[in-house]
Amino acid sequence: MTLIRISSPHAHGSDSTASVMRRVLIATVPGVIALTWFFGFGSLVNIIWASLVAVACEALALTLRRKPLGFYLQDYSALVTATLLGIALPPYAPWWLIAIGVASAILMAKHLYGGLGYNPFNPAMVGYVVLLISFPVQMTAWAPPRGLGEVPGLLQALQACFLPAQYDAVTMATPLDMVRQNNSLLLEDLWRDPLFGRWAGIGWEWVNLAFLAGGLWLLYRRVFSWHAPVAMLASLGLMAALFYDGGSSASGGSPLFHLLSGATMFGAFFIITDPVSSAVSVRGRLIFGALIGTLVYLIRAWGNYPDAVAFAVLVANFSAPFIDHYTQPRSYGHSKSGGQP
Amino acid sequence: MRRIHDFHGGIHPAENKLQSLATGIRPAGIPSQLILPLAQHIGAPSQPLVSPGDRVLKGQLIASAAGHVSVPLHAPSSGQILAIEDRPVPHPSGYSAPCVVIECDGRDEWVEEPSGIRNYRACEPSALLEKIRSAGIAGMGGAGFPTAVKLAGKPGAGITTLIINGTECEPYITADDILMQERAADILAGVDIMRHILKPQEILFGIEDNKPAAIAALKTAAAGSDVEIITFPTKYPSGGEKQLIEILTGKQVPSGGLPADIGVICQNVGTAVAVRNAVIYGRPLISRITTVTGDAVTAPGNFEVLLGTPMAHLLALAGFSAEKCERLIMGGPMMGFTVSGAEVPVVKTTNCVLAPTTREMPTPPPAQPCIRCGLCAQACPASLLPQQLFWFAQGKEFDKLEQHNLFDCIECGACSWVCPSHIPLVQYYRAAKADIVKQRRDHEKSEQARLRFEARQERIAREEAEREAKRAARKQAAEKRAELAAEGGDEDPVQAAIERARARKTAQQGTAPANTPDGGVKQLAALREKLAKTEQRLALSREAGEDNKIVTALEATVQRLRDRISAAEQSPAERETP
Repeated sequence: MTLIRISSPHAHGSDSTASVMRRVLIATVPGVIALTWFFGFGSLVNIIWASLVAVACEALALTLRRKPLGFYLQDYSALVTATLLGIALPPYAPWWLIAIGVASAILMAKHLYGGLGYNPFNPAMVGYVVLLISFPVQMTAWAPPRGLGEVPGLLQALQACFLPAQYDAVTMATPLDMVRQNNSLLLEDLWRDPLFGRWAGIGWEWVNLAFLAGGLWLLYRRVFSWHAPVAMLASLGLMAALFYDGGSSASGGSPLFHLLSGATMFGAFFIITDPVSSAVSVRGRLIFGALIGTLVYLIRAWGNYPDAVAFAVLVANFSAPFIDHYTQPRSYGHSKSGGQP
Repeated sequence: MRRIHDFHGGIHPAENKLQSLATGIRPAGIPSQLILPLAQHIGAPSQPLVSPGDRVLKGQLIASAAGHVSVPLHAPSSGQILAIEDRPVPHPSGYSAPCVVIECDGRDEWVEEPSGIRNYRACEPSALLEKIRSAGIAGMGGAGFPTAVKLAGKPGAGITTLIINGTECEPYITADDILMQERAADILAGVDIMRHILKPQEILFGIEDNKPAAIAALKTAAAGSDVEIITFPTKYPSGGEKQLIEILTGKQVPSGGLPADIGVICQNVGTAVAVRNAVIYGRPLISRITTVTGDAVTAPGNFEVLLGTPMAHLLALAGFSAEKCERLIMGGPMMGFTVSGAEVPVVKTTNCVLAPTTREMPTPPPAQPCIRCGLCAQACPASLLPQQLFWFAQGKEFDKLEQHNLFDCIECGACSWVCPSHIPLVQYYRAAKADIVKQRRDHEKSEQARLRFEARQERIAREEAEREAKRAARKQAAEKRAELAAEGGDEDPVQAAIERARARKTAQQGTAPANTPDGGVKQLAALREKLAKTEQRLALSREAGEDNKIVTALEATVQRLRDRISAAEQSPAERETP
């Protein structure tokens, strides 16, 4: 009998990186359904095309880095990046735009830094920002939601993606644009625009609620802790409340409007919870989330971009090591100042 | 009702305790051989008092404590000493260490009717401590620290709280559970002795709520006494000393300190029974309760087993199928370590022998990259940041590791258990700790060397300065004399100096024969005589077949003497004095 010698512990929990990633993918389903219902098949086509490109890029990078393909492809991390980027991109984006975004995310933001676990920036957001800076026209063209125009079908969505020259895109301003550019109407009057629904833009509010539902399920499954999302939503809501201005023409919009607009919920539960590029301790994640919430509001209210989550996340990624340095938790048997109790 | 505190983190692994609780404590009997390592405790190994061939009786002292932090060792059964030699011992590194091997005769004869102290309350604590010390008791929860040393404590450190640890939070193990179920009164008798020694203000008996039978037995046995039986929710590792103290008192043991620093002492239930047996009945520690479990045994359970019993003997009693088992673990699945083979003996700290099947505990999959998910930080009972520690350990950033309190890690394995990337985190921490300790030791050594060097430099400088001062003083004195002479003109100093030098020379000639040709001849003769003697001795040694070392040394001496003689013959003027 030859016995093996292994260091303890000998028992392990059943979680694996792949199962964590799978859960994240599953949790995006309600949001993707809502997006598809209100804006057509554009986002779904984005996701599928982005996933194909992502797997190809991942395989290429792994081959170049001489890593075992099967072992690393099984962690689903490339699929998660692709899905998140596909959701973030405007529906009916041309194929090359998506491909450039995914390639930037996987090759540049992920593998150039050493692959999974070593990227200081959220890969999906790096891809998004590369596109936003390079192709602002394509990146700011959002389709009108159901109720305000014809929702394109699957064929049209495929055409828009793969034969963009033949596709006649219909786009319009998003509710966030409307509120930022408004300087003459009371919010109450602005809300008469058909673009607005009960709390925020038509469709957008439901998309956000769907992502919130998916996020709550992830919280329930303990894929991440509540600290960063709650801090982000709280600080965004607080900023909106501070500058609400009673709904005047100079108002930045109500807290509820901000919480249910653009990529707020998607960002709070699917982007800033990326553990690799966020702060690590509980206090650190609170600060990290609050920083993002504040930045999102600042950029939405006074910046030049349609939404702010991507920039806010990248800036917060920058500061994560700094936050970590100052938020090391008090270990057992130590006093708050780092000495002994 | 006492308030229960919670500690940070913790996990809920599958308990797997029912398997070994199906039957009560079973006797393991007397194996044909007992292998008793001399180091079954923390501290200096015991020193053997017997020799191979000696007949020993049950309970006879066979090795004495070597110093203060050490314990003696007793023969668990009667028989003959077969050998005192290195055998594989249960240790994480799987090495062999000195053991006393007893060939049992099966008669199990006691050395003499042991004498106990029935009325221990009338006794001085020091006498009771001596009884505990001489019974060879070391903490039976797993660490094996000499119990008498722990109970004696630091003088002046007032112990206010005695905590009895009946938590047994490790999965699979039920040795303490069954002991509490079946021998609650014995445990409490041991606790009462410790109370007499320590005189604490309160005695808290901590036990997880997954042991209802044990809790009921203890509550019955403790009825009317002031021992508080406190149950709390099951969570690993609530049985860790620091965690249990926090659960029961809300206080934390200072980092790098001992529980005694906050007035607390923890003792395991098995230790309490051993203390009772030692004090009341005078019986040394020669057996313990050990759980044998895992899917590779068909009849798991708890055994009362003689120390030194090979694990193979126990496993056979439990119906072990070796072909199903890939690793054999002493202790539990979270903190236990694999042993090198089933011939390894049960020692004072063996609470469990775990024989899992390959399916039960499969070989871990290869580690994936850390995605810093933070599950480990949520699970860490010491509130560390395991993912950061892992990062620093990989990069060998020792400063950062210490800054992130690596040495507060209790190696409970909770972080590795939750890690979705299957990274063997604890293994990294153990290695890093060992590296840092080594580095510290090296640093200490070089620091000592530096201090020695500096002290030497200082001494040389000081001596130089002293000489300089003397020279200056002499010079001054000479000048003064010269002045006096110039003034008085009675005596010529130059003439006086010449006189003195002449006198010295005559004296030297009389006492230095080695410098004369005659002296050289004498010395040569002495050398030759010495050479002859040495050669004779060498020849004798060779004939007698003495140790090689001696022969070589003699040969070297002969050669050296020959060299010196030839040198002396060639140039008598230049030879050195012997």
